[in-house]
Amino acid sequence: MSYEFLLATAIGVLVAGGIYLALRARTFQVVLGLTLISYAVNLFLFASGRLVLNRPPIWDAAKGGAVSAYTDPLPQALVLTAIVITFGMTAFMVILSLRSFLETGSDHVDGEAVPCDAQDGLADGLADGEGAAP
Amino acid sequence: MNLADHLPILPVAIPALAAPAALLVMRRRRELAVGIGFAATLAQLAVAALLMARASGGTILAYAFGAWPAPFGIVLVADRLAGLMLVLTACLALIALLHAVVTRADRKGWHFHPLFQFQLMGLNGAFLTGDLFNLFVFFEVLLIASYGLMLHGQGPARLKAGVQYVAVNLVGSALFLIALGMLYALTGTLNMADMGLKVRALAPADQGLLRIAALLLGSVFALKAAAVPLHLWLVRTYAAATPAVAALFAIMTKVGVYALIRVVPQVFGEGAGAAAWAPAPWLWPAALASVVIGFAGVFTARSLAEQAAYAVIGSTGTLLIAVAGWSAASLGAALSYLPHSTFTTAALFLVADVAARRRGSFADAASPGPEFAGRGLAGLMFMAAAIAATGLPPLSGFIGKLLILKSAAALPQWGWSWGVILGTTLIGVIGFARTGSAVFWKTNAASDTPHPPETRRDLLAPALALACLAALAAGAGRASAYADAAAAQVLGPARSAAAVLAEGPR
Repeated sequence: MSYEFLLATAIGVLVAGGIYLALRARTFQVVLGLTLISYAVNLFLFASGRLVLNRPPIWDAAKGGAVSAYTDPLPQALVLTAIVITFGMTAFMVILSLRSFLETGSDHVDGEAVPCDAQDGLADGLADGEGAAP
Repeated sequence: MNLADHLPILPVAIPALAAPAALLVMRRRRELAVGIGFAATLAQLAVAALLMARASGGTILAYAFGAWPAPFGIVLVADRLAGLMLVLTACLALIALLHAVVTRADRKGWHFHPLFQFQLMGLNGAFLTGDLFNLFVFFEVLLIASYGLMLHGQGPARLKAGVQYVAVNLVGSALFLIALGMLYALTGTLNMADMGLKVRALAPADQGLLRIAALLLGSVFALKAAAVPLHLWLVRTYAAATPAVAALFAIMTKVGVYALIRVVPQVFGEGAGAAAWAPAPWLWPAALASVVIGFAGVFTARSLAEQAAYAVIGSTGTLLIAVAGWSAASLGAALSYLPHSTFTTAALFLVADVAARRRGSFADAASPGPEFAGRGLAGLMFMAAAIAATGLPPLSGFIGKLLILKSAAALPQWGWSWGVILGTTLIGVIGFARTGSAVFWKTNAASDTPHPPETRRDLLAPALALACLAALAAGAGRASAYADAAAAQVLGPARSAAAVLAEGPR
């Protein structure tokens, strides 16, 4: 199995799982879904500079000078930026969801006081207002 | 390089410095933070006006960060379109800031002024940058500041809307990054001007990927512009936000429209092979649907703020109809309608707040309430804003819509554009008349008279927004000439590419 196949499969599985979770009704699952999607995006960005093994990210004219003899450093910088941004956004989203749950007493993404248990089959008794103080 | 050459960096640098300064003095000397906010916004307005004046002759100012030459470093590009957007942002920011300070909305949380400046930094940066990844970064800057501003004042309604707003925009950012990754993999560059040139030399086998990237990027920008069916996040968010913030957010949908106008002709223009104008066939029907949905919402809205939020969708849709023509005439019409649409929706949000502050428990609900102090004046302002929003004379919306209709007449299938724009204008008139008469005309005898407001100065900011509209109408000739010139410049990317890429190390 080639490296490309492995990476492409990983991205695909992450995106599929991420989309499924992001479409769920409770904020915690949505946050997890968005995190999975952002992992997939980071991997994808990383691959945009081609997959090259065991090459330095510095092009050296003295050592042959072939373009294939180095790995593109720019996507690594882009991924770093993207990781920092998505990490910050995810942290913000977690705090926001928590705040929303504590203030509205429901972790449904629409913020309605609907019992999420009914939809998910998860009975943990936290869906209504009393659940604010665990 | 002399000092004047550093002008293009100032709209980003001023708020970037003002925001932490405001944050530092916020707790001890609040009035100083307010002063910093106003001074920074005024300085941005002055710099933006200077940049617009320098760009209006047709010169394209390219500013290379750290003097790294263009395709490798990040460039800021100040052309006519960027100048227009910068001046618009600064004017709108001044109005929104004034309203926030006068109504004391900025006192409901600690960080209003720093967040406001960061929001302006993101907006200005997005309008100036000539680098696609940098555009993403500035989008994130303006988004994260907007999350903070949107939640300003807190309360369950804002938190509920905030969760959806943040989730939707995180997905949007992910799509943006995927499109960026594809474009970088295909062209090996992130500079928009350089990408426009590289795209022409692409192998036929890669054309499909390029097309996918174009459509992905188009949908991300359509999401920001709240084009139907990607509009669902907007209404709840804008109606729940603090009115002064909602007024500033009037420019946020325009960021999406701006990005479409900037990126599509430059990267996916004539020479892009299979991807040439790829988002265009999708944009036009989406724009028509946005106008219909937006004005239908104006008709059915239950409160003034909700109505203003639907007016944002409707007027951005009208704008997109013009943009979707992608001709010099239609883009020129779009660019003359863009400032009008921004000020109008801001005025609607501000007038809704004026009414809500005077009606006690009725707030801005579109049902007959008590008779309140200053009703006549507030009613007149609402009428002026409604006239502008529907595009009736004498305000600038009439000229804007006229130009859009005229440019649409030259395009195929113009009947749809005409029918939708004119039909929704009628629906909009009826909708605004309905809520206006309920709020400002009828009285509910059963309701008790609310306390008169402690200040009448909150009428100032909406009056300023309306004055901007009147000025746009009075100077319509010059405004539309500038807009046409800007459109011509955007549609001729070769010259701007030459200007950007000639920028070597100095």
